[in-house]
Amino acid sequence: MSDIAIQFDNVGKLYKLGLVGTGSLVHDLNRWWKTTILRQEDPYLKIGETNDRSKKGSSDYVWALKDITFDVKQGDVVGIIGKNGAGKSTLLKLLSRVTSPTTGAIRAKGRIASLLEVGTGFHPELTGRENIYMNGSIMGMTRHEINRKLDEIVDFAGVERYLDTPVKRYSSGMTVRLGFAVAAFLEPEILVVDEVLAVGDAEFQKKAIGKMQDVSKGEGRTVLFVSHNMPAVRSLCTKGILLENGHIIYKGSTYETINHYLNKESLKESEYIKDRIDWTKHTLSIDDIEINHTTKSFSTITSNQQILNVIIKGYTQEDILVDTILTFKNKDEVPMASLAEGHYKGKMKNIKSGTFELEYNIQLPKILSNGDYIIDLYLHHPMVEWYMKAPHCAEIHIDGFQENFGRALNVKEEGFIGLETI
Amino acid sequence: MKENWTIEIKPKKRLLDIDLKGIWRYRDLYRMYVKRDIVTVYKQTILGPLWFLIQPVFTTVMYMFVFGGLAGISTDGAPQPLFYMSGIMLWGYFSAAFGVSSNVFTANASVFGKVYFPRLVVPLAGITSNLIKFGIQLLLFIAMYIYYYCIGANLSINWTLLLFPFLIFLIAFHAMSWGLIISAMTTKYRDLTQLVTFGLQLFMYATPVIYPLSAAPEQYKHIIAMNPLTPIFEAFKYSCMGCGSLDWGGLLYSTIFMLVTLFFAVVIFSRTERNFMDTV
Repeated sequence: MSDIAIQFDNVGKLYKLGLVGTGSLVHDLNRWWKTTILRQEDPYLKIGETNDRSKKGSSDYVWALKDITFDVKQGDVVGIIGKNGAGKSTLLKLLSRVTSPTTGAIRAKGRIASLLEVGTGFHPELTGRENIYMNGSIMGMTRHEINRKLDEIVDFAGVERYLDTPVKRYSSGMTVRLGFAVAAFLEPEILVVDEVLAVGDAEFQKKAIGKMQDVSKGEGRTVLFVSHNMPAVRSLCTKGILLENGHIIYKGSTYETINHYLNKESLKESEYIKDRIDWTKHTLSIDDIEINHTTKSFSTITSNQQILNVIIKGYTQEDILVDTILTFKNKDEVPMASLAEGHYKGKMKNIKSGTFELEYNIQLPKILSNGDYIIDLYLHHPMVEWYMKAPHCAEIHIDGFQENFGRALNVKEEGFIGLETI
Repeated sequence: MKENWTIEIKPKKRLLDIDLKGIWRYRDLYRMYVKRDIVTVYKQTILGPLWFLIQPVFTTVMYMFVFGGLAGISTDGAPQPLFYMSGIMLWGYFSAAFGVSSNVFTANASVFGKVYFPRLVVPLAGITSNLIKFGIQLLLFIAMYIYYYCIGANLSINWTLLLFPFLIFLIAFHAMSWGLIISAMTTKYRDLTQLVTFGLQLFMYATPVIYPLSAAPEQYKHIIAMNPLTPIFEAFKYSCMGCGSLDWGGLLYSTIFMLVTLFFAVVIFSRTERNFMDTV
């Protein structure tokens, strides 16, 4: 017996688009005729298409999930990420047995409890206390279990004063707190959580994340967590699975998976920096931008590189005073470092009308962690006017820095800047 | 290597894969559902459970006027209020139990869409909570019965009254079986719901609710006798009021009929519950 808690084996889920009506009745009859009478394969299983919601497809059937195969070890906290419609919720629905797969099999050990949306089965007319029992038993707890944990649940939810008030008088945050509290004390072997942290205040979110960590670390339970909240996924999960259009496109450590996802998100059709310029003043045009010796949007700063070179070539119809802003942002779009010498030094370049070429050599901090950074580039005259805006025009991968001992140290956190004494 | 999985989720299950163990494990949920139904129906009303009584009393009066008075249908010698009340009470329970069962999927879609538990718990709780309402009406019936007994009405109570719990059991599961079949058939195509509403009304007239079987025209009698509810209603009226007949063969027929439909209902239901969320 291995320590695998959940196994997805070639799981697929087919959905029919459009309305249920005479059209689907014809399909149903046809399917029934082919599969039950003629003993053939389901004709509609074959024609399902990949689920890309933005493109019009030729078939009414769509694979919300296809060829999903993975194992989850006991005690793992797996974050499932992906864009809207990637199949995350469908996957959790299959696991929590709300609907059944079209192909493949899912196997699991132990009790599965799902928090697809908290407060499931809450009846507005029942009091908080009654709803704890209602909700708990829907989740599979027995009355005795709930009796034993009632105090803890009430305490965790922080709704003691409202315990004997109907839930319809609760604020939405209180309802979520109560729902999550019940689920948190459920003690299933496998916990399935979908975007519950979105509601609730900061204090409660902290509490909820803490509880989920306890559940997985302290008690060795397995958690599957779906969220768009990357910091939450990062702090909670030990493994990650990235879904796109119903397929798994990456699985691995949380860090790598999130990076993969964010890279995927930022990949646009244009690969040249110049094509990513959002706006220029009408008197100005940009011929080319080179960052780190390339006009492409992706480049790498190697671990012993000290200088970042930036060249902007263009044409202006008038004389201008120009300053360049270049900002490094991490994947969560948080600015980490910025060049804006016009602002803080009053240093600007005087350009006569005609073609121009601006060149900067930026001294990089000596110790930079490895990771991927987003570059924003702007041309302006501080406090006067803008000439060019090109946010998110390039992405730079930094390899990490060279230690004195000759090997590259990989600090896997973007924005880690090493400090040195004088 | 053999893994001992406790849960296996697959597209197709065997025909008869009914999770009886699961239903037993969720018995506390069953209890909560029953409690919820009872507590919430008359919340924020002043008369509360009295509403359970007002309905049948008014209907009884109406039936006495229309069927007893205007149409002059016999009650086989039993006092009219008792006769109609007993019919209304039993039929009321049947149609309520049928109602909750046939709405299982549509009424609980929001819960079923999020959590798994054996879905059969819900209709089972539904037929149980309606039993409470029935019980309250039964108390009124008993009170009326005692009154008529004291004023010397022609009432002969006999030992077959012991069958009463079994009769209720039959009604409950007849209602649930048909309800479940309907519920499974209406998740994808809603056409049937239109039919069910007036079908149930028509069905009431095919059941000896407001008339005794003996009063039915000879040529229709065998049709009414084919209705599996007929022997149940007749047996109840016979056991407490001595009117009508006790047809052992009919009761056996009704029981077998119930078991067969229950079997089909559960099979169809458990097939539907696996994917109904995609179609409901």
